[in-house]
Amino acid sequence: MEFLLFLIRRILWSLLVLFGLSVVIFGIARGIPGDPARMALGPTASHEQVEDLREKMGLDRPLGEQYGLFLAGLAKGDLGRSLLTERSVNADIRDTFFATFELVLATVTLAFVFGTPLGMAAAYWKDRWPDNTIRLVALVSAVTPTFLVALLLQILAGYVLHILPTSGRMLPSISFTPDITGLMSVDGLLHGRFDVFGEALRHLLLPSVALASTAFGQITLTTRASMIDVSNQDYMEAGRAFGVPEWIRVSKYMLRPAFVPPLTILGLTFAALIGNAFVVEQIFAWPGMASYGIRTIMQKDLNAVMGVVMVSGVFYVMVNLAIDILVGIVDPRVRIRGGR
Amino acid sequence: MSEALLSVRDVSVEFTNYGIAAPVLRGVSLDVPAHTQVALVGESGSGKTVTMKAIMGLLRDPPARITAGQILYDGRDLLTMPPAERLKLRGTSMSMVFQDPMSSLNPVFTIADQLGTILKYADRRLGRGRSRRERMERVHEVLAQVRMRDPERVAASYPIMLSGGMRQRVLIAMALLSEPKLLIADEPGTALDVTTQAQILKLLKDLVTERGLALLMITHNLGVVRETSSYVYVMSRGQVVEHRPTADLFAAPREEYTRALIAAVPRLTGGMRLGTAEARP
Amino acid sequence: MADVAANPPPPRRLSNAYQNWYRFSRNPTAVIGAAIVVLCVLAAIFAPLVTPYPEHVGAVVNFRARHLPPSTEYWFGTDNVGRDIFTRMVFGVRVSLQLAFVVLAIAVPVGTALGLAAGYFGGWVEIIIMRLTDIALAIPGLVLVLAVATVLKPDLVTSMAALACLWWTWHARLVYAITCQIRTQEYVEAAETLGAGTFHILFREILPNCVSALAIKTSLDCGFVILVGASLSFLGLGVQPPTPDLGTMVAAGAAYLPDYWWESILPGLGVLFVALGFNLLGDGLRDLFDVQEVR
Repeated sequence: MEFLLFLIRRILWSLLVLFGLSVVIFGIARGIPGDPARMALGPTASHEQVEDLREKMGLDRPLGEQYGLFLAGLAKGDLGRSLLTERSVNADIRDTFFATFELVLATVTLAFVFGTPLGMAAAYWKDRWPDNTIRLVALVSAVTPTFLVALLLQILAGYVLHILPTSGRMLPSISFTPDITGLMSVDGLLHGRFDVFGEALRHLLLPSVALASTAFGQITLTTRASMIDVSNQDYMEAGRAFGVPEWIRVSKYMLRPAFVPPLTILGLTFAALIGNAFVVEQIFAWPGMASYGIRTIMQKDLNAVMGVVMVSGVFYVMVNLAIDILVGIVDPRVRIRGGR
Repeated sequence: MSEALLSVRDVSVEFTNYGIAAPVLRGVSLDVPAHTQVALVGESGSGKTVTMKAIMGLLRDPPARITAGQILYDGRDLLTMPPAERLKLRGTSMSMVFQDPMSSLNPVFTIADQLGTILKYADRRLGRGRSRRERMERVHEVLAQVRMRDPERVAASYPIMLSGGMRQRVLIAMALLSEPKLLIADEPGTALDVTTQAQILKLLKDLVTERGLALLMITHNLGVVRETSSYVYVMSRGQVVEHRPTADLFAAPREEYTRALIAAVPRLTGGMRLGTAEARP
Repeated sequence: MADVAANPPPPRRLSNAYQNWYRFSRNPTAVIGAAIVVLCVLAAIFAPLVTPYPEHVGAVVNFRARHLPPSTEYWFGTDNVGRDIFTRMVFGVRVSLQLAFVVLAIAVPVGTALGLAAGYFGGWVEIIIMRLTDIALAIPGLVLVLAVATVLKPDLVTSMAALACLWWTWHARLVYAITCQIRTQEYVEAAETLGAGTFHILFREILPNCVSALAIKTSLDCGFVILVGASLSFLGLGVQPPTPDLGTMVAAGAAYLPDYWWESILPGLGVLFVALGFNLLGDGLRDLFDVQEVR
């Protein structure tokens, strides 16, 4: 019951944030000085052409009505037409989103699979050499610019080791459409196409490692800090005093409360992760939504860019909603107080 | 004094901070006879908490190190006995009531889970076979012993759903799980308001006398000492400076330091008694 | 435990200053971080004096010296038009620090003021400000900057403005959290009882308690603003050529990988160096002040 209330509260809150997001995006698209139609067509277009496009984009109507139309479009899932591809932005984003999603999913998995145990190890050997080493690695990993990691990986794997592909999502010689989940690797497995599955993972490896470096560092450091914080709590001492074995204390009483801060940190840094996806997709020619975003930005394709921004925002809000719910499951304090 | 249940003899402890070793306990000796309530009193930093941790084996090395002395429990030295033997005593025969009801319970597990786990491993150490259901029954039983009205509901709760006073009672229940002979209480209830603390102390005293337990009450409050203990050790700067029956101490404190401590207790002159929370005329 | 550590008995007592210094000096990361930051700031200020070819900052072309590898003449090699990479990197650090300085000079005061107001006044002020920060936090920063850069001219000023628009939220949340804790402390209530004005309470009683947390956060943020700025430049949406910028240099040099690796990797390492310095310093300060809630 209390969990249901918590769930409803979080979902309503996410809707409110999405509404705020739509206002901000509309504000940027229409509120900023400059004529979007003129911008789209460039300085050489004639006055009539510009007027024509203005009408098409609905720019001749009052601002309130424009926002209404914009919201109605969003509600229907209609993001307008792309000037670059001359298709609907929806279709473009639908075609590219799942590539980005697969990349992000692989990234988050990598960051947790490596970050959590290393953070725990560092906390366990606090202030001894394994801790110092792990901290340094994690810190450097967290502050190394993503483009640098990506370029170094490209040099290393593509030019020196010659084993891993450094661009794209699939070999051009393999024709395969991920039509179940949209994820190349998963769909390959579901179709029983192990060649597709293997190639998809091979292509995924370098971009996701590059994208994971920041999140990995932060998750390692946060896990360490929160493990240490929890180990200093009186309830850990109580467990010791009452003779609960150390491995139970560490694996149960410590891990569960200590797992909350890394999750929260993932939610907070997910914005940076989406931002860095633009860099990684650009470098590895990953055919995702971020690549599409970059292409359309260069062409001043306003509808497409706003679509990408909106979908990124929705993605971010949804991930945070999922994390909030997960934290609520792990930590009764959150779902009972409902606090953020 | 050899019949004492717990006997701390000339224990010295050193802390190393910023590369400098500082003595924190300097030859502390105290005795807790069976079925007797003893208090260890002193201001913050006098070493009473370190003494408690040394007895319970909770000091962390580094920075702390026991440099000398013996801690006898039932005639056996805790400091030299095999760790496995010591584990059999700790949390079972010699048990402890934690101080802070807010942070001494894990926020993400239910009371039943936490008490059940403690009981499970205590059983395992002592070779007691008990099913999960029997353990839950014992948890409910102990919660009822600390005067919880609805033990099943309390057991199913997360700590955040309970008030401070109830959590403190859970901590007492935790200490009683394995029917201890010695209870060490570290300023129980100081984090609570005065009325609730008085109730907690009264409950603790009742439980101890009902069951004939030995109690080592660690506190900075001489008012608490007077209410709960028959014998007192006064600590200052890592040493026991005075020890006598409680009544004697209050009648004629020998040490300057003790007099200062007594003068610092407002309840004594106001005639207020714990447990009633009302000033008498 | 705490009462023992805080009050070690004789023989000798250590002064606070000595304890702080001891902890700081025993924390190699903090010392290294501080050294890097000082080095970068000095290099940025005196860039024209410490670089071998200050004239290479502009659109200079020197085709005879293109793509030269690192040597004693050109420490970090030369780029595709023969300009000294070391010189341009030092000037690039200057641009990065300017970016960080301007963004934080806007974000920190704005965030602090809003966080103080939300935490102290409560009620509607709190609801409006904190919901606003939540919404602003829900917008992926780099993505918003991309959007703004599309509508406006992509350049340093646009990027800085867009970054500053989002960055204040972190400081607002931090100050808000501390203010909420302190608002109910007795010394604040005492000041209120004695009739101290709102201004006095906010800036004399509460703000000093936020200073160490803000210092740590600001140091860490310098690093992150520089990282985001470099990423923007890398994507072609930040600093525009010929102004030297580390991110732009990486993007330009990436075309010549792997043969002329120094043209992209060294400026990339430069970003890492600066960002790492600020992060190490922030971490060191966090250990020193023992303020764990800042991330």
